[in-house]
Amino acid sequence: MSNSPRFNIMSSLIACRECDLLQREIVLPPGGTACCSRCGAVLHRSKPDSLDRTLAFTVGAAVLFILANVFPVVGLEAQGNRTSTTLFGTVRTLHDQGMTSVAVLVFVTTILMPMLDIGAMLYMLLPIRLGVVPKGLPAVFRLVQTVRPWGMVEVFMLGTLVSLAKLSHIAAVRPGIALWSFGMLMFLVAAAAVSFEAHDFWAQVAAAGRRGRRFHAKTAGMETAR
Amino acid sequence: MTTTTAAEAGMLGCHACGLLSRPSAAGHTLECARCGASLHVRKPYSISRTWAFLMAAAILYIPANVLPVMETGSLFGAQKDTILSGVVYLWTSGSWPLAAIIFVASIMVPGGKLLALTVLLVSVQRRSSWNPLERTKLYRMVELVGRWSMVDIYVVAILTALVQFKALATIKAGPGAIAFGAVVVLTMFAAESFDPRLIWDPLEEPQRHG
Ligand SMILES: [Zn+2]
Repeated sequence: MSNSPRFNIMSSLIACRECDLLQREIVLPPGGTACCSRCGAVLHRSKPDSLDRTLAFTVGAAVLFILANVFPVVGLEAQGNRTSTTLFGTVRTLHDQGMTSVAVLVFVTTILMPMLDIGAMLYMLLPIRLGVVPKGLPAVFRLVQTVRPWGMVEVFMLGTLVSLAKLSHIAAVRPGIALWSFGMLMFLVAAAAVSFEAHDFWAQVAAAGRRGRRFHAKTAGMETAR
Repeated sequence: MTTTTAAEAGMLGCHACGLLSRPSAAGHTLECARCGASLHVRKPYSISRTWAFLMAAAILYIPANVLPVMETGSLFGAQKDTILSGVVYLWTSGSWPLAAIIFVASIMVPGGKLLALTVLLVSVQRRSSWNPLERTKLYRMVELVGRWSMVDIYVVAILTALVQFKALATIKAGPGAIAFGAVVVLTMFAAESFDPRLIWDPLEEPQRHG
Protein backbone atom coordinates (compact mmCIF):
# COMPACT_ATOMS: atom_id res chain seq x y z
CA MET A 1 0.00 0.00 0.00
CA SER A 2 1.88 3.04 -1.14
CA ASN A 3 0.94 6.63 -1.73
CA SER A 4 3.70 7.18 -4.24
CA PRO A 5 2.75 9.03 -7.42
CA ARG A 6 3.70 5.90 -9.38
CA PHE A 7 0.84 4.05 -7.68
CA ASN A 8 -1.64 6.79 -8.52
CA ILE A 9 -0.72 6.99 -12.18
CA MET A 10 -1.09 3.26 -12.64
CA SER A 11 -4.38 3.03 -10.82
CA SER A 12 -5.91 5.14 -13.59
CA LEU A 13 -5.12 2.33 -16.02
CA ILE A 14 -6.92 -1.01 -16.05
CA ALA A 15 -5.87 -4.25 -17.68
CA CYS A 16 -8.78 -6.41 -18.85
CA ARG A 17 -8.70 -9.68 -16.93
CA GLU A 18 -9.86 -11.67 -19.91
CA CYS A 19 -7.81 -10.25 -22.78
CA ASP A 20 -5.14 -8.14 -21.00
CA LEU A 21 -5.98 -4.99 -23.02
CA LEU A 22 -4.73 -1.87 -21.28
CA GLN A 23 -7.39 0.79 -20.94
CA ARG A 24 -7.82 4.10 -19.20
CA GLU A 25 -10.23 4.07 -16.33
CA ILE A 26 -13.22 6.32 -16.89
CA VAL A 27 -15.48 8.07 -14.41
CA LEU A 28 -18.85 6.39 -14.55
CA PRO A 29 -22.31 7.77 -13.84
CA PRO A 30 -24.01 6.04 -10.87
CA GLY A 31 -25.08 2.56 -11.91
CA GLY A 32 -22.84 2.64 -14.98
CA THR A 33 -20.66 -0.20 -16.21
CA ALA A 34 -17.34 0.03 -18.01
CA CYS A 35 -16.71 -2.84 -20.42
CA CYS A 36 -13.56 -3.87 -22.24
CA SER A 37 -13.51 -2.29 -25.68
CA ARG A 38 -12.04 -5.44 -27.20
CA CYS A 39 -13.68 -8.46 -25.54
CA GLY A 40 -16.63 -6.92 -23.69
CA ALA A 41 -15.64 -8.17 -20.22
CA VAL A 42 -16.83 -5.97 -17.35
CA LEU A 43 -13.94 -3.80 -16.17
CA HIS A 44 -15.62 -2.03 -13.29
CA ARG A 45 -19.00 -0.78 -12.22
CA SER A 46 -20.21 2.22 -10.36
CA LYS A 47 -22.63 1.16 -7.68
CA PRO A 48 -23.92 3.62 -5.14
CA ASP A 49 -23.37 2.34 -1.58
CA SER A 50 -21.94 -0.91 -2.89
CA LEU A 51 -20.23 -1.81 0.39
CA ASP A 52 -23.25 -1.06 2.56
CA ARG A 53 -25.45 -3.13 0.31
CA THR A 54 -22.98 -6.00 0.24
CA LEU A 55 -22.75 -5.89 4.01
CA ALA A 56 -26.54 -5.92 4.41
CA PHE A 57 -26.94 -8.87 2.03
CA THR A 58 -24.10 -10.73 3.75
CA VAL A 59 -25.59 -10.28 7.22
CA GLY A 60 -28.90 -11.61 5.88
CA ALA A 61 -27.08 -14.51 4.24
CA ALA A 62 -25.34 -15.37 7.52
CA VAL A 63 -28.68 -15.65 9.35
CA LEU A 64 -30.23 -17.75 6.59
CA PHE A 65 -27.14 -19.93 6.38
CA ILE A 66 -27.56 -20.84 10.05
CA LEU A 67 -31.27 -21.60 9.58
CA ALA A 68 -30.49 -23.65 6.48
CA ASN A 69 -28.09 -25.79 8.47
CA VAL A 70 -30.04 -26.21 11.69
CA PHE A 71 -33.43 -27.22 10.31
CA PRO A 72 -34.37 -30.19 8.12
CA VAL A 73 -34.32 -29.58 4.36
CA VAL A 74 -37.08 -32.06 3.50
CA GLY A 75 -39.17 -34.67 5.21
CA LEU A 76 -40.69 -37.74 3.64
CA GLU A 77 -43.66 -39.83 4.67
CA ALA A 78 -44.41 -43.24 3.17
CA GLN A 79 -46.85 -45.74 4.64
CA GLY A 80 -46.56 -44.41 8.16
CA ASN A 81 -42.76 -44.17 8.01
CA ARG A 82 -41.18 -40.78 8.35
CA THR A 83 -37.72 -39.59 7.51
CA SER A 84 -36.20 -36.17 7.22
CA THR A 85 -32.75 -34.86 6.61
CA THR A 86 -30.71 -31.80 7.36
CA LEU A 87 -27.98 -30.67 5.04
CA PHE A 88 -25.34 -32.26 7.21
CA GLY A 89 -27.49 -35.39 7.40
CA THR A 90 -26.96 -35.95 3.68
CA VAL A 91 -23.21 -35.69 4.21
CA ARG A 92 -23.31 -38.16 7.10
CA THR A 93 -25.42 -40.73 5.25
CA LEU A 94 -23.07 -40.68 2.27
CA HIS A 95 -20.11 -41.10 4.58
CA ASP A 96 -21.79 -43.99 6.43
CA GLN A 97 -22.33 -45.75 3.11
CA GLY A 98 -18.64 -45.57 2.34
CA MET A 99 -19.05 -42.74 -0.18
CA THR A 100 -16.71 -40.47 1.71
CA SER A 101 -15.39 -38.64 -1.34
CA VAL A 102 -18.92 -37.72 -2.43
CA ALA A 103 -19.74 -36.74 1.16
CA VAL A 104 -16.70 -34.46 1.23
CA LEU A 105 -17.71 -32.91 -2.10
CA VAL A 106 -21.22 -32.15 -0.82
CA PHE A 107 -19.86 -30.83 2.48
CA VAL A 108 -17.29 -28.58 0.84
CA THR A 109 -19.59 -27.09 -1.81
CA THR A 110 -22.73 -26.57 0.29
CA ILE A 111 -21.43 -25.97 3.82
CA LEU A 112 -17.72 -25.18 4.07
CA MET A 113 -17.26 -22.84 1.11
CA PRO A 114 -20.44 -20.77 1.65
CA MET A 115 -19.51 -20.52 5.34
CA LEU A 116 -15.98 -19.30 4.56
CA ASP A 117 -17.34 -16.88 1.97
CA ILE A 118 -19.92 -15.34 4.32
CA GLY A 119 -17.55 -15.34 7.30
CA ALA A 120 -14.69 -13.76 5.38
CA MET A 121 -16.94 -11.08 3.88
CA LEU A 122 -18.23 -10.13 7.33
CA TYR A 123 -14.69 -10.13 8.70
CA MET A 124 -13.63 -7.66 6.00
CA LEU A 125 -16.70 -5.47 5.64
CA LEU A 126 -17.78 -4.86 9.24
CA PRO A 127 -14.46 -3.29 10.36
CA ILE A 128 -14.08 -1.36 7.09
CA ARG A 129 -17.57 0.03 7.64
CA LEU A 130 -16.31 1.31 11.01
CA GLY A 131 -13.18 2.72 9.40
CA VAL A 132 -10.75 0.09 10.67
CA VAL A 133 -8.62 -2.17 8.49
CA PRO A 134 -8.93 -5.72 9.86
CA LYS A 135 -5.83 -7.84 10.45
CA GLY A 136 -4.73 -9.97 7.54
CA LEU A 137 -7.11 -8.27 5.11
CA PRO A 138 -5.18 -9.13 1.92
CA ALA A 139 -5.12 -12.84 2.78
CA VAL A 140 -8.83 -12.84 3.61
CA PHE A 141 -9.61 -11.03 0.37
CA ARG A 142 -7.71 -13.67 -1.60
CA LEU A 143 -9.49 -16.39 0.37
CA VAL A 144 -12.86 -15.06 -0.81
CA GLN A 145 -11.66 -15.07 -4.43
CA THR A 146 -10.55 -18.69 -4.15
CA VAL A 147 -13.55 -19.94 -2.22
CA ARG A 148 -16.34 -18.29 -4.16
CA PRO A 149 -16.49 -20.48 -7.30
CA TRP A 150 -16.86 -23.55 -5.08
CA GLY A 151 -19.90 -22.43 -3.11
CA MET A 152 -22.86 -23.96 -4.92
CA VAL A 153 -25.91 -22.98 -2.92
CA GLU A 154 -28.03 -22.34 -6.03
CA VAL A 155 -27.10 -25.67 -7.60
CA PHE A 156 -27.95 -27.47 -4.38
CA MET A 157 -31.32 -25.72 -4.42
CA LEU A 158 -32.03 -27.07 -7.90
CA GLY A 159 -30.90 -30.52 -6.77
CA THR A 160 -33.34 -30.37 -3.85
CA LEU A 161 -36.22 -29.36 -6.12
CA VAL A 162 -35.42 -32.18 -8.55
CA SER A 163 -35.32 -34.68 -5.67
CA LEU A 164 -38.64 -33.40 -4.34
CA ALA A 165 -40.24 -33.78 -7.75
CA LYS A 166 -38.81 -37.29 -8.08
CA LEU A 167 -40.04 -38.35 -4.65
CA SER A 168 -43.48 -36.80 -4.94
CA HIS A 169 -44.52 -39.81 -7.03
CA ILE A 170 -43.80 -42.31 -4.30
CA ALA A 171 -44.31 -40.49 -1.01
CA ALA A 172 -45.63 -37.36 0.68
CA VAL A 173 -42.83 -34.80 0.73
CA ARG A 174 -42.68 -32.03 3.30
CA PRO A 175 -40.44 -29.10 2.51
CA GLY A 176 -38.59 -28.09 5.67
CA ILE A 177 -37.62 -24.68 7.04
CA ALA A 178 -34.12 -25.13 5.68
CA LEU A 179 -35.50 -25.44 2.15
CA TRP A 180 -37.12 -22.00 2.32
CA SER A 181 -33.98 -20.64 3.97
CA PHE A 182 -31.91 -22.11 1.18
CA GLY A 183 -34.16 -20.55 -1.43
CA MET A 184 -33.66 -17.10 0.07
CA LEU A 185 -29.99 -17.71 0.86
CA MET A 186 -29.44 -18.40 -2.84
CA PHE A 187 -30.70 -14.91 -3.74
CA LEU A 188 -28.84 -13.14 -0.95
CA VAL A 189 -25.53 -14.82 -1.80
CA ALA A 190 -26.00 -13.79 -5.43
CA ALA A 191 -27.03 -10.25 -4.43
CA ALA A 192 -24.00 -9.89 -2.15
CA ALA A 193 -21.68 -11.08 -4.92
CA VAL A 194 -23.23 -8.76 -7.50
CA SER A 195 -23.25 -5.68 -5.28
CA PHE A 196 -19.62 -6.10 -4.18
CA GLU A 197 -17.36 -3.78 -6.12
CA ALA A 198 -13.66 -4.43 -5.57
CA HIS A 199 -12.83 -0.93 -6.79
CA ASP A 200 -14.89 0.81 -4.07
CA PHE A 201 -13.74 -1.73 -1.53
CA TRP A 202 -10.05 -0.95 -2.01
CA ALA A 203 -10.77 2.78 -2.05
CA GLN A 204 -12.43 2.42 1.38
CA VAL A 205 -9.56 0.26 2.63
CA ALA A 206 -7.09 2.92 1.57
CA ALA A 207 -9.15 5.65 3.27
CA ALA A 208 -9.42 3.61 6.47
CA GLY A 209 -5.69 2.88 6.33
CA ARG A 210 -4.87 6.60 6.04
CA ARG A 211 -7.12 7.45 8.98
CA GLY A 212 -5.54 4.68 11.01
CA ARG A 213 -2.04 5.89 10.21
CA ARG A 214 -2.92 9.44 11.18
CA PHE A 215 -4.32 8.13 14.46
CA HIS A 216 -1.19 6.13 15.18
CA ALA A 217 0.99 9.10 14.29
CA LYS A 218 -0.94 11.24 16.75
CA THR A 219 -0.65 8.78 19.63
CA ALA A 220 2.99 8.20 18.85
CA GLY A 221 3.54 11.95 18.85
CA MET A 222 1.85 12.25 22.25
CA GLU A 223 4.09 9.59 23.68
CA THR A 224 7.27 11.26 22.54
CA ALA A 225 6.01 14.61 23.87
CA ARG A 226 5.52 13.03 27.24
CA MET B 1 -5.26 -2.02 -34.48
CA THR B 2 -3.27 0.11 -32.12
CA THR B 3 -3.95 -1.87 -29.01
CA THR B 4 -1.55 -2.40 -26.14
CA THR B 5 -1.81 -5.12 -23.59
CA ALA B 6 -0.54 -4.89 -20.05
CA ALA B 7 2.01 -7.58 -20.88
CA GLU B 8 3.40 -5.54 -23.76
CA ALA B 9 3.57 -2.45 -21.60
CA GLY B 10 5.54 -4.45 -19.04
CA MET B 11 2.77 -4.35 -16.46
CA LEU B 12 1.07 -7.07 -14.51
CA GLY B 13 -2.58 -7.09 -13.53
CA CYS B 14 -3.37 -8.81 -10.24
CA HIS B 15 -5.69 -11.77 -10.80
CA ALA B 16 -7.27 -11.34 -7.38
CA CYS B 17 -7.82 -7.60 -6.92
CA GLY B 18 -7.14 -6.18 -10.38
CA LEU B 19 -4.40 -3.72 -9.39
CA LEU B 20 -1.82 -3.04 -12.09
CA SER B 21 1.82 -3.15 -11.09
CA ARG B 22 5.01 -2.49 -12.96
CA PRO B 23 7.60 -5.01 -11.82
CA SER B 24 10.84 -3.21 -11.01
CA ALA B 25 13.19 -6.17 -10.96
CA ALA B 26 12.64 -9.37 -12.85
CA GLY B 27 13.69 -12.79 -11.62
CA HIS B 28 12.07 -13.07 -8.22
CA THR B 29 8.50 -13.82 -7.17
CA LEU B 30 6.32 -10.78 -7.41
CA GLU B 31 3.49 -9.98 -5.09
CA CYS B 32 0.62 -7.57 -5.54
CA ALA B 33 1.25 -4.48 -3.41
CA ARG B 34 -2.40 -4.30 -2.45
CA CYS B 35 -3.64 -7.83 -1.83
CA GLY B 36 -0.43 -9.87 -1.73
CA ALA B 37 -1.42 -12.31 -4.49
CA SER B 38 1.48 -13.58 -6.55
CA LEU B 39 1.68 -11.85 -9.90
CA HIS B 40 2.11 -13.56 -13.25
CA VAL B 41 2.04 -12.23 -16.78
CA ARG B 42 -0.16 -15.25 -17.61
CA LYS B 43 -1.40 -18.03 -15.37
CA PRO B 44 1.63 -20.27 -14.77
CA TYR B 45 1.78 -23.41 -16.93
CA SER B 46 -1.77 -22.66 -18.01
CA ILE B 47 -1.82 -24.92 -21.06
CA SER B 48 -0.18 -27.99 -19.54
CA ARG B 49 -2.17 -27.72 -16.32
CA THR B 50 -5.43 -27.38 -18.23
CA TRP B 51 -4.53 -30.37 -20.42
CA ALA B 52 -3.71 -32.45 -17.35
CA PHE B 53 -7.03 -31.72 -15.65
CA LEU B 54 -8.87 -32.17 -18.92
CA MET B 55 -7.29 -35.56 -19.65
CA ALA B 56 -8.04 -36.81 -16.14
CA ALA B 57 -11.64 -35.62 -16.49
CA ALA B 58 -12.01 -37.25 -19.90
CA ILE B 59 -10.79 -40.59 -18.55
CA LEU B 60 -13.14 -40.46 -15.56
CA TYR B 61 -16.00 -39.41 -17.83
CA ILE B 62 -16.24 -43.06 -18.92
CA PRO B 63 -16.80 -44.70 -15.48
CA ALA B 64 -18.99 -41.72 -14.57
CA ASN B 65 -21.36 -42.71 -17.35
CA VAL B 66 -20.99 -46.49 -17.25
CA LEU B 67 -21.10 -47.19 -13.50
CA PRO B 68 -24.32 -46.81 -11.52
CA VAL B 69 -24.69 -43.56 -9.63
CA MET B 70 -27.61 -44.81 -7.57
CA GLU B 71 -28.64 -48.21 -6.25
CA THR B 72 -32.25 -48.64 -5.19
CA GLY B 73 -33.22 -51.59 -3.05
CA SER B 74 -36.91 -52.32 -2.53
CA LEU B 75 -39.35 -55.16 -1.97
CA PHE B 76 -39.38 -55.70 -5.71
CA GLY B 77 -35.66 -56.21 -5.98
CA ALA B 78 -32.59 -54.10 -6.53
CA GLN B 79 -32.14 -51.62 -9.32
CA LYS B 80 -28.98 -49.90 -10.45
CA ASP B 81 -29.17 -46.63 -12.33
CA THR B 82 -26.52 -44.95 -14.38
CA ILE B 83 -26.92 -41.28 -15.22
CA LEU B 84 -28.33 -42.11 -18.64
CA SER B 85 -30.69 -44.84 -17.45
CA GLY B 86 -31.94 -42.42 -14.80
CA VAL B 87 -32.72 -39.89 -17.51
CA VAL B 88 -34.43 -42.52 -19.65
CA TYR B 89 -36.50 -43.67 -16.67
CA LEU B 90 -37.60 -40.09 -15.93
CA TRP B 91 -38.47 -39.59 -19.60
CA THR B 92 -40.55 -42.75 -19.97
CA SER B 93 -42.34 -42.18 -16.67
CA GLY B 94 -43.54 -38.84 -17.99
CA SER B 95 -41.41 -36.43 -15.93
CA TRP B 96 -39.86 -34.95 -19.02
CA PRO B 97 -38.89 -31.59 -17.46
CA LEU B 98 -36.81 -33.45 -14.87
CA ALA B 99 -35.37 -35.67 -17.56
CA ALA B 100 -34.38 -32.56 -19.51
CA ILE B 101 -32.73 -30.89 -16.48
CA ILE B 102 -30.67 -33.96 -15.63
CA PHE B 103 -29.80 -34.63 -19.26
CA VAL B 104 -28.52 -31.09 -19.79
CA ALA B 105 -26.73 -30.78 -16.44
CA SER B 106 -25.20 -34.26 -16.24
CA ILE B 107 -24.59 -35.29 -19.82
CA MET B 108 -24.51 -32.25 -22.11
CA VAL B 109 -22.67 -29.84 -19.80
CA PRO B 110 -19.73 -32.10 -18.84
CA GLY B 111 -19.38 -33.40 -22.40
CA GLY B 112 -19.65 -29.89 -23.81
CA LYS B 113 -17.07 -28.62 -21.33
CA LEU B 114 -14.55 -31.29 -22.33
CA LEU B 115 -15.11 -30.45 -25.98
CA ALA B 116 -15.00 -26.66 -25.53
CA LEU B 117 -11.82 -26.72 -23.45
CA THR B 118 -10.16 -29.00 -26.00
CA VAL B 119 -11.06 -26.58 -28.80
CA LEU B 120 -9.74 -23.65 -26.76
CA LEU B 121 -6.49 -25.41 -25.88
CA VAL B 122 -5.80 -26.57 -29.42
CA SER B 123 -6.56 -23.14 -30.89
CA VAL B 124 -4.29 -21.45 -28.35
CA GLN B 125 -1.46 -23.90 -28.94
CA ARG B 126 -1.65 -23.33 -32.68
CA ARG B 127 -1.60 -19.59 -31.96
CA SER B 128 -4.77 -19.22 -33.95
CA SER B 129 -6.10 -15.72 -34.43
CA TRP B 130 -9.49 -17.02 -35.48
CA ASN B 131 -12.40 -15.18 -33.91
CA PRO B 132 -10.94 -14.48 -30.45
CA LEU B 133 -14.17 -12.83 -29.27
CA GLU B 134 -16.25 -15.94 -29.90
CA ARG B 135 -13.65 -18.11 -28.22
CA THR B 136 -13.62 -15.80 -25.19
CA LYS B 137 -17.40 -16.09 -25.03
CA LEU B 138 -17.08 -19.87 -25.22
CA TYR B 139 -14.71 -19.75 -22.28
CA ARG B 140 -17.07 -17.56 -20.27
CA MET B 141 -19.84 -20.03 -20.98
CA VAL B 142 -17.69 -22.95 -19.77
CA GLU B 143 -16.97 -21.08 -16.53
CA LEU B 144 -20.60 -20.10 -16.01
CA VAL B 145 -22.27 -23.39 -16.76
CA GLY B 146 -19.83 -25.93 -15.32
CA ARG B 147 -21.02 -25.81 -11.72
CA TRP B 148 -24.56 -26.86 -12.66
CA SER B 149 -23.33 -30.40 -13.33
CA MET B 150 -23.29 -30.87 -9.57
CA VAL B 151 -27.09 -31.16 -9.59
CA ASP B 152 -27.04 -34.92 -9.98
CA ILE B 153 -24.64 -35.33 -7.06
CA TYR B 154 -27.00 -33.34 -4.84
CA VAL B 155 -30.01 -35.33 -6.04
CA VAL B 156 -28.23 -38.58 -5.15
CA ALA B 157 -27.17 -37.12 -1.78
CA ILE B 158 -30.70 -36.06 -0.85
CA LEU B 159 -32.39 -39.24 -2.08
CA THR B 160 -29.82 -41.33 -0.24
CA ALA B 161 -30.43 -39.47 3.01
CA LEU B 162 -34.22 -39.49 2.70
CA VAL B 163 -35.13 -42.85 1.28
CA GLN B 164 -34.10 -45.01 4.20
CA PHE B 165 -37.20 -47.07 4.86
CA LYS B 166 -35.65 -50.32 5.97
CA ALA B 167 -38.57 -52.52 4.95
CA LEU B 168 -39.81 -50.65 1.88
CA ALA B 169 -36.98 -49.09 0.03
CA THR B 170 -33.44 -47.83 0.50
CA ILE B 171 -31.26 -45.84 -1.83
CA LYS B 172 -27.49 -45.98 -1.92
CA ALA B 173 -25.04 -43.87 -3.88
CA GLY B 174 -23.19 -45.94 -6.48
CA PRO B 175 -19.53 -45.83 -7.52
CA GLY B 176 -20.48 -43.82 -10.62
CA ALA B 177 -21.21 -40.88 -8.31
CA ILE B 178 -17.57 -40.79 -7.21
CA ALA B 179 -16.34 -40.72 -10.80
CA PHE B 180 -18.96 -38.18 -11.79
CA GLY B 181 -18.12 -35.88 -8.88
CA ALA B 182 -14.46 -36.13 -9.85
CA VAL B 183 -15.30 -35.16 -13.45
CA VAL B 184 -17.14 -32.04 -12.27
CA VAL B 185 -14.30 -31.01 -9.96
CA LEU B 186 -11.58 -31.74 -12.53
CA THR B 187 -13.33 -29.80 -15.32
CA MET B 188 -13.76 -26.87 -12.93
CA PHE B 189 -10.04 -26.97 -12.16
CA ALA B 190 -9.34 -27.21 -15.89
CA ALA B 191 -11.46 -24.15 -16.64
CA GLU B 192 -9.79 -22.28 -13.80
CA SER B 193 -6.27 -23.10 -15.01
CA PHE B 194 -7.01 -21.89 -18.52
CA ASP B 195 -5.97 -18.31 -19.15
CA PRO B 196 -8.34 -16.57 -21.61
CA ARG B 197 -5.69 -13.93 -22.30
CA LEU B 198 -3.78 -16.58 -24.23
CA ILE B 199 -6.58 -16.44 -26.82
CA TRP B 200 -5.70 -12.81 -27.53
CA ASP B 201 -1.92 -13.07 -27.41
CA PRO B 202 -1.40 -14.19 -31.04
CA LEU B 203 -3.05 -10.94 -32.15
CA GLU B 204 -0.20 -8.94 -30.67
CA GLU B 205 2.54 -10.89 -32.48
CA PRO B 206 2.42 -9.10 -35.87
CA GLN B 207 2.61 -5.69 -34.20
CA ARG B 208 5.58 -6.62 -32.11
CA HIS B 209 7.57 -7.84 -35.07
CA GLY B 210 6.27 -5.20 -37.51
ZN1 LIG C 1 -10.96 -7.56 -22.65
